[in-house]
Amino acid sequence: MTMRRLSVFNVTSLVIGFAFLYLPILLLVLYSFNASRLVTVWGGFSTQWYGALFRNEALMEAAWVTLRVALLSAMLATVLGTLAALALTRYGRFPGRALFTGMVYAPMVMPEVITGLSLLLFFVAVDFDRGFWTITLAHTTLTMCFVTVVVQSRLMTFDRSLEEAAMDLGAPPLRTFFSVTLPLIAPSIVAGFLLAFTLSMDDLVIASFNAGPGATTLPIKIYSAVRLGLSPEVNAASAILIGIVTLGVISATLLSKRSVLRSRRNAH
Amino acid sequence: MMNRSLTRRLTAGLVPAVPYLWLGVLFLVPFLIVLKISLSDPAVAQPPYKPVFEWNDIAGFFSALDFENFALLAEDDLYFRATLSSVRIAAVSTLLLLLVGFPIAYGMARAPERYRPLLVAAIILPFWTSFLIRIYAWVAILKPEGLLTQALMGIGLISEPLDILNTETAVYIGIVYAYLPFMVLPLYATLEKMDDTLLEAALDLGSTPWRSFWTITVPLAMPGIIAGSLLCFIPAVGEFVIPDLLGGSETLMIGRQLWSEFFSNRDWPLASAVAILLLIILVVPIVIYRDVEARRVEARP
Repeated sequence: MTMRRLSVFNVTSLVIGFAFLYLPILLLVLYSFNASRLVTVWGGFSTQWYGALFRNEALMEAAWVTLRVALLSAMLATVLGTLAALALTRYGRFPGRALFTGMVYAPMVMPEVITGLSLLLFFVAVDFDRGFWTITLAHTTLTMCFVTVVVQSRLMTFDRSLEEAAMDLGAPPLRTFFSVTLPLIAPSIVAGFLLAFTLSMDDLVIASFNAGPGATTLPIKIYSAVRLGLSPEVNAASAILIGIVTLGVISATLLSKRSVLRSRRNAH
Repeated sequence: MMNRSLTRRLTAGLVPAVPYLWLGVLFLVPFLIVLKISLSDPAVAQPPYKPVFEWNDIAGFFSALDFENFALLAEDDLYFRATLSSVRIAAVSTLLLLLVGFPIAYGMARAPERYRPLLVAAIILPFWTSFLIRIYAWVAILKPEGLLTQALMGIGLISEPLDILNTETAVYIGIVYAYLPFMVLPLYATLEKMDDTLLEAALDLGSTPWRSFWTITVPLAMPGIIAGSLLCFIPAVGEFVIPDLLGGSETLMIGRQLWSEFFSNRDWPLASAVAILLLIILVVPIVIYRDVEARRVEARP
């Protein structure tokens, strides 16, 4: 193993790269505490836009819908995605496998405008009213593919001899799955769920096609506010979302680190 | 025993069947519907197209299909220009992403091992925060009286406000910013595994650093370069949010055209035809991406 050394060029590119990634987000959060209504002129510190945000009922209602859609679609996507990952790794040969892998990988790179439009036309064709459920079903279809990839990569790397040992000792397949396989792949299932949840919270395009008069999501609200011009309330809403996500990612990282440490300790 | 093999066969059938059915109904069927509607005539009604399919009228189904919408796409050079400019913008952005992403991924791969997980987490973190919000942040920065102009005028680099917002330059900045993790992560994954002794051997044998970069590092990083480029190029061609918020009315892109046919002009059949056009452009890159990705996942130990 040779020592790798960071050159000046390496350090500079890391510093500039991370500044480029983080400065816009930091500026956005900073200007949410701006007293001035002008988003680009600093007028002193204030938390007034957070108050205005919580009094904005339309925005709060949209946030509530977004949260419910994200929770429900992420749960459905986690179940379906885990099943799909099991199908691809454990039940290798089934008819139409090539079509199946195609359908799993395509939605991840497919432009959102196509996915959104095609799902909407489907819902109209089967006469399904647009609203909460159409957004939920659309998001489930998109995000289950991401769950599949996350869980599949875990299923491919883990030690199958544990499963075989359980089977040899007489555990039935379902029991083996629930007491051996599931605990081993649980971290990747949680990661898949979080990814699905975030993707759903974030989606503008697919939700715009499939939203109905009864249900509008937060990204749709933010988008129409941004089209009218910059607004400090949007900055405040963004800062809250960024705060939640940052906390979530940090605690997930700590949790997974602790479980890695614990499993390492048990292994010794 | 009988019971056990029955459960095994049942699960072996059910586990693939449930997600298969879901994707079939909610991914494949909607696709066929887009294809069908792109071949039908618009109507002033709700839904705003004439159905081409009646279960009891197979002959009518075939006579009602026509390629009028596609003829319209071919006649009006707006769509041709939008297609060309989408592919051009996506290609230039992918190249810029490689230029910006490679030094970052390379720096990450050469960082001390204990810092690497932290650096990877720091690259992924912005991806978890809303895409829309990150693009919105750039509107305030790139506005004529915005933060970039203020900063550059403050240090005396420019004397006139920059007018970047609502230009193609702003679209490039937005795409590079939003897609950077998708480029950096695959590059990092290949660069991290690279064997440093190869570079040392080349240097010992008298190769210049520049030459060993092109003859050793780049070829070894090729899988990452291909995966990252496809992962950025494909969605960039159909991008809607970035050209809409940063590109102004001048920037023509096909995803935006689809959006306005659908939402502004309410011409669903034409919007479907645009979707098919976009798909035809992307089908080759998508198939290559699927193969690369499937091989990568299955090649793992």
